[in-house]
Amino acid sequence: MQQTLIALALLLSPMLCFGQVRPLTLDSLFDRLDRGGDTIFVVNFWATWCKPCVVELPYFDKLYSRYKDQPLMVVLISLDELQSIDKVRSYINAKGWKPPVYLLDEEKPHEWIDRVDSTWSGAIPATLFVRPRSGKRVFYEREFSWSSLETTFRTFLEGDGK
Amino acid sequence: MILRIVGLAILLATSLVAGELPDGVKVGDLAPTFSLKNVDGRMVSLPGSLGSQQGAILVFTCNHCPYSVKYEDRIIALHNEFAPKGYPVIAINPNDTTAVPEDSFDNMVKRAAEKGFPFPYVMDDTQAIAKAYGARRTPHVFVVSKQKKGFVIEYIGAIDDQPNDATKVEQSFVADAVQALLQQQTIATTTTKAIGCTIKWKK
Repeated sequence: MQQTLIALALLLSPMLCFGQVRPLTLDSLFDRLDRGGDTIFVVNFWATWCKPCVVELPYFDKLYSRYKDQPLMVVLISLDELQSIDKVRSYINAKGWKPPVYLLDEEKPHEWIDRVDSTWSGAIPATLFVRPRSGKRVFYEREFSWSSLETTFRTFLEGDGK
Repeated sequence: MILRIVGLAILLATSLVAGELPDGVKVGDLAPTFSLKNVDGRMVSLPGSLGSQQGAILVFTCNHCPYSVKYEDRIIALHNEFAPKGYPVIAINPNDTTAVPEDSFDNMVKRAAEKGFPFPYVMDDTQAIAKAYGARRTPHVFVVSKQKKGFVIEYIGAIDDQPNDATKVEQSFVADAVQALLQQQTIATTTTKAIGCTIKWKK
Protein backbone atom coordinates (compact mmCIF):
# COMPACT_ATOMS: atom_id res chain seq x y z
CA MET A 1 0.00 0.00 0.00
CA GLN A 2 2.81 2.35 0.93
CA GLN A 3 4.48 1.55 -2.35
CA THR A 4 1.28 2.36 -4.15
CA LEU A 5 1.14 5.72 -2.44
CA ILE A 6 4.73 6.52 -3.35
CA ALA A 7 4.12 5.47 -6.91
CA LEU A 8 0.98 7.57 -7.02
CA ALA A 9 2.75 10.56 -5.54
CA LEU A 10 5.55 10.24 -8.07
CA LEU A 11 3.08 9.89 -10.83
CA LEU A 12 0.79 12.66 -9.74
CA SER A 13 3.31 15.28 -8.77
CA PRO A 14 3.26 16.86 -12.21
CA MET A 15 -0.49 16.29 -12.51
CA LEU A 16 -1.88 17.97 -9.46
CA CYS A 17 -2.27 21.49 -10.82
CA PHE A 18 -6.02 21.60 -11.03
CA GLY A 19 -7.48 22.72 -14.31
CA GLN A 20 -4.19 22.38 -16.16
CA VAL A 21 -3.98 20.67 -19.49
CA ARG A 22 -0.49 19.81 -20.68
CA PRO A 23 0.81 18.22 -23.83
CA LEU A 24 1.96 14.63 -23.32
CA THR A 25 3.82 12.31 -25.67
CA LEU A 26 3.06 8.60 -25.76
CA ASP A 27 6.59 7.90 -24.52
CA SER A 28 5.90 10.00 -21.41
CA LEU A 29 2.55 8.32 -20.90
CA PHE A 30 4.01 4.81 -21.14
CA ASP A 31 6.91 5.82 -18.92
CA ARG A 32 4.50 6.99 -16.24
CA LEU A 33 2.38 3.87 -16.59
CA ASP A 34 5.52 1.73 -16.22
CA ARG A 35 6.33 3.45 -12.93
CA GLY A 36 2.73 3.10 -11.74
CA GLY A 37 3.22 -0.11 -9.74
CA ASP A 38 -0.01 -1.49 -8.37
CA THR A 39 -2.20 1.35 -9.55
CA ILE A 40 -4.98 0.61 -12.01
CA PHE A 41 -4.89 3.19 -14.75
CA VAL A 42 -8.02 3.99 -16.69
CA VAL A 43 -6.80 5.99 -19.69
CA ASN A 44 -9.58 7.50 -21.76
CA PHE A 45 -8.94 8.91 -25.25
CA TRP A 46 -11.40 11.67 -26.16
CA ALA A 47 -11.72 15.03 -27.92
CA THR A 48 -13.88 18.10 -27.45
CA TRP A 49 -15.28 17.56 -30.96
CA CYS A 50 -16.34 13.96 -30.25
CA LYS A 51 -19.93 13.93 -29.01
CA PRO A 52 -20.04 10.41 -27.54
CA CYS A 53 -16.73 11.16 -25.77
CA VAL A 54 -18.00 14.22 -23.95
CA VAL A 55 -21.17 12.34 -23.02
CA GLU A 56 -19.16 9.69 -21.17
CA LEU A 57 -16.50 11.96 -19.58
CA PRO A 58 -18.62 12.66 -16.46
CA TYR A 59 -18.66 8.90 -15.79
CA PHE A 60 -14.86 8.87 -15.69
CA ASP A 61 -14.93 11.79 -13.27
CA LYS A 62 -17.46 9.91 -11.14
CA LEU A 63 -15.36 6.73 -11.22
CA TYR A 64 -12.34 8.72 -10.05
CA SER A 65 -14.28 10.24 -7.15
CA ARG A 66 -16.16 7.14 -6.12
CA TYR A 67 -13.12 4.83 -5.99
CA LYS A 68 -10.73 7.22 -4.28
CA ASP A 69 -9.95 4.52 -1.71
CA GLN A 70 -8.85 2.11 -4.44
CA PRO A 71 -5.52 2.20 -6.26
CA LEU A 72 -7.15 3.87 -9.24
CA MET A 73 -5.87 6.62 -11.50
CA VAL A 74 -8.08 8.05 -14.23
CA VAL A 75 -6.25 9.91 -16.99
CA LEU A 76 -8.10 11.79 -19.73
CA ILE A 77 -6.11 12.20 -22.94
CA SER A 78 -7.50 14.64 -25.46
CA LEU A 79 -6.83 14.08 -29.15
CA ASP A 80 -7.70 17.66 -30.00
CA GLU A 81 -5.13 19.50 -32.08
CA LEU A 82 -2.20 20.94 -30.15
CA GLN A 83 -3.24 24.40 -31.38
CA SER A 84 -6.58 23.88 -29.60
CA ILE A 85 -5.03 23.44 -26.14
CA ASP A 86 -6.63 26.64 -24.81
CA LYS A 87 -10.03 25.44 -25.97
CA VAL A 88 -9.48 22.15 -24.11
CA ARG A 89 -8.35 24.07 -21.00
CA SER A 90 -11.41 26.29 -20.91
CA TYR A 91 -13.66 23.30 -21.63
CA ILE A 92 -12.17 21.30 -18.75
CA ASN A 93 -12.20 24.26 -16.36
CA ALA A 94 -15.86 24.93 -17.10
CA LYS A 95 -16.72 21.31 -16.30
CA GLY A 96 -14.55 21.15 -13.19
CA TRP A 97 -13.54 17.54 -13.74
CA LYS A 98 -10.98 16.20 -11.30
CA PRO A 99 -8.94 13.61 -13.21
CA PRO A 100 -5.78 14.94 -14.87
CA VAL A 101 -6.22 15.94 -18.49
CA TYR A 102 -3.52 15.87 -21.15
CA LEU A 103 -3.42 16.71 -24.79
CA LEU A 104 -1.66 14.07 -26.85
CA ASP A 105 1.48 15.54 -28.37
CA GLU A 106 1.84 13.18 -31.31
CA GLU A 107 1.45 13.57 -35.05
CA LYS A 108 0.85 10.86 -37.62
CA PRO A 109 -1.96 8.79 -36.08
CA HIS A 110 -1.24 5.85 -38.42
CA GLU A 111 2.05 5.41 -36.55
CA TRP A 112 0.99 5.80 -32.94
CA ILE A 113 -2.51 4.18 -32.82
CA ASP A 114 -0.97 0.68 -32.76
CA ARG A 115 1.36 1.69 -29.92
CA VAL A 116 -1.69 2.22 -27.70
CA ASP A 117 -3.35 -1.02 -28.77
CA SER A 118 -3.13 -3.20 -31.85
CA THR A 119 -6.91 -3.78 -31.85
CA TRP A 120 -7.73 -0.04 -31.96
CA SER A 121 -9.10 1.11 -35.33
CA GLY A 122 -8.57 4.74 -34.27
CA ALA A 123 -12.20 5.60 -33.54
CA ILE A 124 -12.89 7.42 -30.29
CA PRO A 125 -13.96 7.18 -27.56
CA ALA A 126 -11.51 4.48 -26.56
CA THR A 127 -10.31 3.44 -23.10
CA LEU A 128 -7.34 1.48 -21.82
CA PHE A 129 -7.43 -0.30 -18.43
CA VAL A 130 -3.94 -1.24 -17.31
CA ARG A 131 -2.28 -2.38 -14.09
CA PRO A 132 1.48 -2.15 -14.52
CA ARG A 133 2.50 -4.54 -11.70
CA SER A 134 0.41 -7.47 -12.89
CA GLY A 135 0.74 -6.52 -16.55
CA LYS A 136 -3.02 -6.86 -16.94
CA ARG A 137 -4.28 -4.74 -19.82
CA VAL A 138 -7.68 -4.44 -21.50
CA PHE A 139 -8.57 -2.05 -24.31
CA TYR A 140 -12.06 -0.96 -25.34
CA GLU A 141 -13.00 0.88 -28.53
CA ARG A 142 -16.50 1.73 -27.36
CA GLU A 143 -18.68 4.09 -25.42
CA PHE A 144 -19.41 3.50 -21.74
CA SER A 145 -22.51 4.18 -19.69
CA TRP A 146 -21.92 4.78 -15.98
CA SER A 147 -22.97 1.23 -15.11
CA SER A 148 -20.87 -0.40 -17.84
CA LEU A 149 -17.84 1.67 -16.83
CA GLU A 150 -18.20 0.83 -13.15
CA THR A 151 -18.79 -2.84 -13.91
CA THR A 152 -15.77 -2.96 -16.20
CA PHE A 153 -13.59 -1.35 -13.55
CA ARG A 154 -14.83 -3.63 -10.77
CA THR A 155 -14.39 -6.71 -12.93
CA PHE A 156 -10.87 -5.58 -13.76
CA LEU A 157 -10.14 -4.95 -10.07
CA GLU A 158 -11.66 -8.17 -8.79
CA GLY A 159 -10.39 -10.34 -11.58
CA ASP A 160 -6.86 -9.30 -10.74
CA GLY A 161 -6.58 -11.24 -7.48
CA LYS A 162 -6.66 -8.22 -5.25
CA MET B 1 -21.31 -12.69 -5.32
CA ILE B 2 -24.66 -11.97 -6.93
CA LEU B 3 -23.37 -8.51 -7.78
CA ARG B 4 -20.37 -10.07 -9.42
CA ILE B 5 -22.48 -12.46 -11.47
CA VAL B 6 -24.78 -9.64 -12.54
CA GLY B 7 -21.73 -7.55 -13.32
CA LEU B 8 -20.24 -10.33 -15.39
CA ALA B 9 -23.53 -10.80 -17.23
CA ILE B 10 -23.67 -7.10 -18.06
CA LEU B 11 -20.07 -7.19 -19.22
CA LEU B 12 -20.71 -10.24 -21.39
CA ALA B 13 -23.83 -8.64 -22.84
CA THR B 14 -21.99 -5.44 -23.73
CA SER B 15 -19.01 -7.27 -25.18
CA LEU B 16 -21.40 -9.30 -27.34
CA VAL B 17 -22.75 -6.06 -28.72
CA ALA B 18 -19.24 -4.98 -29.65
CA GLY B 19 -18.51 -8.45 -30.98
CA GLU B 20 -21.47 -8.30 -33.35
CA LEU B 21 -19.57 -6.03 -35.69
CA PRO B 22 -18.06 -8.22 -38.39
CA ASP B 23 -14.41 -7.78 -39.32
CA GLY B 24 -15.28 -6.81 -42.88
CA VAL B 25 -13.01 -7.12 -45.88
CA LYS B 26 -9.25 -7.46 -46.16
CA VAL B 27 -6.95 -6.31 -48.93
CA GLY B 28 -7.32 -8.80 -51.79
CA ASP B 29 -10.97 -9.62 -51.03
CA LEU B 30 -13.77 -8.99 -53.51
CA ALA B 31 -15.46 -5.65 -52.86
CA PRO B 32 -19.01 -6.13 -51.51
CA THR B 33 -21.53 -4.87 -54.07
CA PHE B 34 -24.04 -2.16 -53.19
CA SER B 35 -26.81 0.00 -54.56
CA LEU B 36 -27.40 3.14 -52.49
CA LYS B 37 -29.35 6.36 -52.93
CA ASN B 38 -27.34 9.39 -53.97
CA VAL B 39 -28.08 12.99 -52.97
CA ASP B 40 -29.49 13.52 -56.49
CA GLY B 41 -32.13 10.86 -55.78
CA ARG B 42 -30.64 8.27 -58.14
CA MET B 43 -29.16 4.93 -57.12
CA VAL B 44 -25.40 4.51 -57.28
CA SER B 45 -24.14 0.96 -57.41
CA LEU B 46 -20.98 -1.02 -57.40
CA PRO B 47 -20.22 -2.39 -59.89
CA GLY B 48 -23.13 -1.04 -61.98
CA SER B 49 -22.35 2.67 -61.84
CA LEU B 50 -18.66 2.26 -62.48
CA GLY B 51 -19.12 1.34 -66.14
CA SER B 52 -15.72 1.37 -67.77
CA GLN B 53 -13.94 2.85 -64.73
CA GLN B 54 -10.85 1.04 -63.48
CA GLY B 55 -11.83 1.29 -59.84
CA ALA B 56 -13.12 3.62 -57.18
CA ILE B 57 -12.18 5.39 -53.97
CA LEU B 58 -14.93 4.53 -51.47
CA VAL B 59 -14.97 6.95 -48.54
CA PHE B 60 -17.18 6.25 -45.52
CA THR B 61 -17.80 9.77 -44.26
CA CYS B 62 -20.56 12.01 -42.97
CA ASN B 63 -21.64 15.58 -42.33
CA HIS B 64 -21.17 15.95 -38.58
CA CYS B 65 -17.75 14.44 -37.83
CA PRO B 66 -15.05 17.14 -37.56
CA TYR B 67 -12.47 14.74 -38.98
CA SER B 68 -14.69 14.20 -42.02
CA VAL B 69 -15.08 17.96 -42.39
CA LYS B 70 -11.30 18.44 -42.15
CA TYR B 71 -10.93 16.04 -45.08
CA GLU B 72 -13.75 17.30 -47.34
CA ASP B 73 -11.51 19.45 -49.52
CA ARG B 74 -8.93 16.69 -49.76
CA ILE B 75 -11.62 14.18 -50.81
CA ILE B 76 -12.76 16.61 -53.52
CA ALA B 77 -9.13 16.96 -54.67
CA LEU B 78 -8.73 13.17 -54.83
CA HIS B 79 -11.82 12.91 -57.03
CA ASN B 80 -10.71 15.74 -59.29
CA GLU B 81 -7.30 14.16 -59.74
CA PHE B 82 -8.26 10.53 -60.11
CA ALA B 83 -11.80 10.41 -61.57
CA PRO B 84 -10.47 11.35 -65.04
CA LYS B 85 -7.91 8.53 -64.67
CA GLY B 86 -10.57 5.93 -63.81
CA TYR B 87 -10.79 6.13 -60.01
CA PRO B 88 -13.75 8.31 -58.96
CA VAL B 89 -14.71 8.90 -55.33
CA ILE B 90 -17.97 7.51 -53.96
CA ALA B 91 -18.73 8.99 -50.52
CA ILE B 92 -20.95 6.85 -48.28
CA ASN B 93 -22.67 8.08 -45.13
CA PRO B 94 -23.19 5.09 -42.80
CA ASN B 95 -24.51 6.86 -39.70
CA ASP B 96 -27.78 6.26 -37.89
CA THR B 97 -29.59 9.52 -38.54
CA THR B 98 -31.73 9.11 -35.43
CA ALA B 99 -28.53 9.32 -33.38
CA VAL B 100 -27.12 12.13 -35.53
CA PRO B 101 -29.85 14.20 -37.25
CA GLU B 102 -27.08 16.30 -38.83
CA ASP B 103 -26.31 13.29 -41.02
CA SER B 104 -29.87 12.95 -42.38
CA PHE B 105 -30.43 12.55 -46.11
CA ASP B 106 -31.75 16.13 -46.39
CA ASN B 107 -28.66 17.45 -44.64
CA MET B 108 -26.45 15.35 -46.93
CA VAL B 109 -28.16 17.02 -49.91
CA LYS B 110 -27.45 20.43 -48.36
CA ARG B 111 -23.81 19.67 -47.55
CA ALA B 112 -23.14 18.24 -51.01
CA ALA B 113 -24.57 21.43 -52.55
CA GLU B 114 -22.65 23.77 -50.20
CA LYS B 115 -19.35 22.08 -50.90
CA GLY B 116 -20.15 21.34 -54.55
CA PHE B 117 -19.23 17.66 -54.18
CA PRO B 118 -18.24 16.51 -57.68
CA PHE B 119 -18.80 12.87 -56.63
CA PRO B 120 -21.81 10.83 -55.47
CA TYR B 121 -22.66 11.10 -51.76
CA VAL B 122 -24.86 8.13 -50.93
CA MET B 123 -26.67 6.98 -47.82
CA ASP B 124 -26.13 3.50 -46.37
CA ASP B 125 -29.43 3.62 -44.52
CA THR B 126 -29.42 -0.03 -43.40
CA GLN B 127 -25.71 0.19 -42.48
CA ALA B 128 -25.28 -3.17 -44.22
CA ILE B 129 -22.59 -1.85 -46.54
CA ALA B 130 -20.51 -0.31 -43.74
CA LYS B 131 -20.74 -3.65 -41.93
CA ALA B 132 -19.85 -5.64 -45.07
CA TYR B 133 -16.72 -3.52 -45.59
CA GLY B 134 -15.86 -3.38 -41.89
CA ALA B 135 -15.92 0.41 -41.76
CA ARG B 136 -15.34 1.56 -38.19
CA ARG B 137 -15.06 5.32 -38.32
CA THR B 138 -15.47 8.37 -40.50
CA PRO B 139 -13.55 8.98 -42.64
CA HIS B 140 -12.52 5.42 -43.56
CA VAL B 141 -11.34 4.72 -47.11
CA PHE B 142 -11.46 1.58 -49.25
CA VAL B 143 -9.76 1.75 -52.66
CA VAL B 144 -11.03 -0.89 -55.11
CA SER B 145 -9.80 -1.81 -58.58
CA LYS B 146 -11.28 -3.85 -61.38
CA GLN B 147 -9.68 -7.26 -61.81
CA LYS B 148 -10.74 -10.30 -63.83
CA LYS B 149 -12.80 -11.68 -60.94
CA GLY B 150 -14.47 -8.34 -60.17
CA PHE B 151 -13.70 -5.30 -58.05
CA VAL B 152 -11.03 -6.09 -55.48
CA ILE B 153 -10.01 -4.29 -52.27
CA GLU B 154 -6.58 -2.71 -52.76
CA TYR B 155 -6.19 -0.31 -49.83
CA ILE B 156 -7.96 0.25 -46.49
CA GLY B 157 -7.42 3.13 -44.11
CA ALA B 158 -6.53 6.79 -43.81
CA ILE B 159 -6.46 9.39 -46.56
CA ASP B 160 -3.04 10.68 -45.48
CA ASP B 161 -0.77 10.99 -42.45
CA GLN B 162 -1.77 14.48 -41.30
CA PRO B 163 -5.46 15.03 -40.45
CA ASN B 164 -4.99 18.43 -38.87
CA ASP B 165 -2.98 20.25 -41.49
CA ALA B 166 -3.12 19.40 -45.18
CA THR B 167 0.01 21.47 -45.82
CA LYS B 168 2.10 19.16 -43.59
CA VAL B 169 1.16 15.90 -45.30
CA GLU B 170 4.17 13.69 -45.97
CA GLN B 171 2.42 10.50 -47.02
CA SER B 172 -0.74 10.61 -49.13
CA PHE B 173 -1.77 7.00 -48.67
CA VAL B 174 -4.84 6.96 -50.92
CA ALA B 175 -3.26 9.00 -53.71
CA ASP B 176 -0.11 6.84 -53.53
CA ALA B 177 -2.19 3.66 -53.69
CA VAL B 178 -4.15 4.84 -56.74
CA GLN B 179 -0.95 6.06 -58.45
CA ALA B 180 0.58 2.63 -57.90
CA LEU B 181 -2.51 0.95 -59.39
CA LEU B 182 -2.41 3.27 -62.40
CA GLN B 183 1.25 2.45 -62.95
CA GLN B 184 0.62 -1.25 -62.30
CA GLN B 185 3.04 -1.20 -59.40
CA THR B 186 2.77 -2.73 -55.95
CA ILE B 187 1.06 -0.50 -53.37
CA ALA B 188 3.67 0.29 -50.70
CA THR B 189 1.22 0.76 -47.81
CA THR B 190 -2.02 -1.20 -48.13
CA THR B 191 -3.56 -0.57 -44.70
CA THR B 192 -3.31 2.28 -42.22
CA LYS B 193 -5.14 3.37 -39.11
CA ALA B 194 -6.55 6.82 -38.43
CA ILE B 195 -8.31 8.77 -35.74
CA GLY B 196 -11.94 9.41 -36.52
CA CYS B 197 -15.51 9.44 -35.25
CA THR B 198 -17.11 6.11 -34.46
CA ILE B 199 -19.82 5.10 -36.88
CA LYS B 200 -23.13 5.63 -35.08
CA TRP B 201 -24.76 2.20 -35.28
CA LYS B 202 -28.51 1.76 -34.99
CA LYS B 203 -29.56 0.50 -31.56
